[in-house]
Amino acid sequence: MSPGHGAAVSLYPLLAWYGFRRHATYWTAALAGAFTNTVFGVLRAYVLIALWQARPGLGGYDVAAAVTFTFLTQAFIGPMQLFGGGLDLPQRIRSGDVALDLVRPAPLQAWCLSEDLGRAAYLFAVRGLPPALVGALLFGLAAPRAPAAFLASVVLGVVVSFGWRYIVALATCWVMDDRGLATLSMVLTTFFSGLMLPLAIFPGWFGDLARALPWSAMAQVPADVYLGTAEPGGALAFQAGWAAVLIALGALMTGAARRKVVIQGG
Amino acid sequence: MIRTYALLAWTWTRAAAQYRLSFTLVTLGAFVVGGLDIAVIWVIFANTDTLAGFALSEVMLLYGASQLAFALADLLFGNVDRISQHIRAGTLDVMLIRPASPFAQVAADRFSPHRIGRAAQAAVVLGVALARLEIPLGRVWMVPVMVASGAVIFTALFTLGGALQFLLTDAPEVANAFTYGGAMLNQYPLSVYDARIVRGLTFVLPLAFVNWQPGLYVLGRPDPLGLPSWTGLLSPAVALALAAVAALAWRAGIRRYRSTGS
Repeated sequence: MSPGHGAAVSLYPLLAWYGFRRHATYWTAALAGAFTNTVFGVLRAYVLIALWQARPGLGGYDVAAAVTFTFLTQAFIGPMQLFGGGLDLPQRIRSGDVALDLVRPAPLQAWCLSEDLGRAAYLFAVRGLPPALVGALLFGLAAPRAPAAFLASVVLGVVVSFGWRYIVALATCWVMDDRGLATLSMVLTTFFSGLMLPLAIFPGWFGDLARALPWSAMAQVPADVYLGTAEPGGALAFQAGWAAVLIALGALMTGAARRKVVIQGG
Repeated sequence: MIRTYALLAWTWTRAAAQYRLSFTLVTLGAFVVGGLDIAVIWVIFANTDTLAGFALSEVMLLYGASQLAFALADLLFGNVDRISQHIRAGTLDVMLIRPASPFAQVAADRFSPHRIGRAAQAAVVLGVALARLEIPLGRVWMVPVMVASGAVIFTALFTLGGALQFLLTDAPEVANAFTYGGAMLNQYPLSVYDARIVRGLTFVLPLAFVNWQPGLYVLGRPDPLGLPSWTGLLSPAVALALAAVAALAWRAGIRRYRSTGS
């Protein structure tokens, strides 16, 4: 094994660690975010309780499952970055710094993914656990049916979320104003991930479509694995499939971006 | 103060209008983001006929009134929640030495006219609800009063949140829990919440006076907690009282502020 190879193997865990540490610097902001996520979780829980009192057993959930679903999806907002962002890429594309990223001896996408996994691990702990704990104290949450499968599902959910956000971020290369794209991405992600309402109660063909789209892999599917309302094997395969598709698409776009970037001066 | 505010807001509006396409798209985006709430309400009512005793049109009235009030407050004064950025960047010092109200300057700084898109979306929902409900003229006059009082209540909340950021400079999101959280809370009839929460929202943090109490009056429905039907008519008075509290808190924050001096 050459020294260069050894460096490449240890590079990605190191990048993940740096991503973790970078976000750990802003711990007050993360805690404030956790507070906000928790307050919204309580409000959403009451709306769902009212709905499930009118329609017990709706979508295959009982009231306890619906409340647990609410706090789980609120806990996913940070690690899955459901409101978008989390990547430096759009700013670096606009400022031109991305040229430097593209000549680094590691693929841009793998580089960003490692950092993002570190970010997600930190936010899972700091923005994920408080809403879940408060939810458990106030309403009593259901216990996970398959803890190991749930953790695997969360990791796959982060990868799908990264795959999507990377594509949106890289699209800045072709679209001048990235704010419109960011808004569109936020609308799609918050609605079709199951963050606003469980996709299980979306009616008819619209529900079938929503449950098949990649965004459901970011919140609905991990929550279903936790609650035992989805069979873990199929759920993980669904997430892995979307992760592979989005990562492959992102890799194709990276190649196209590499050909598009012109480094000025010299 | 009003003149300073109007001048600054107009300057930012002219700046935004320079990029016509971008401005149009962002305004449409605000309309669509607001439309998401309606999509959620639609999915809920695809599964049930009533939510906590209220039908779709009634929920739309409550939603439209509170979100219009919030969108107007957010459009005109929402940028007060950026005060912690001004504190950290030192730009608050610049505002304090100018011979103009710091509140007007902070509120008008980076004034975002595209937020009118959100207000338009809420106004459409409110209009549709009113058309479907056929409320008698003797009570419908309360609708504009409730929107105006609600806008004052939310403005007071934004100001209180801004004052809070003098203490919590590193955690401006805590204030969001009260402002945006308050707007989210009022999207649904308060009867979905626990009675203790509704009492807190009536007597402590008076969010029930944005659309719940006046909404019950407009709809001609009894209060589940047993308060008299004229309680809703108190909204303007409650709004003014809360605005006075917010003004005091803001002044205390400004007086307490010490620049880093560097």
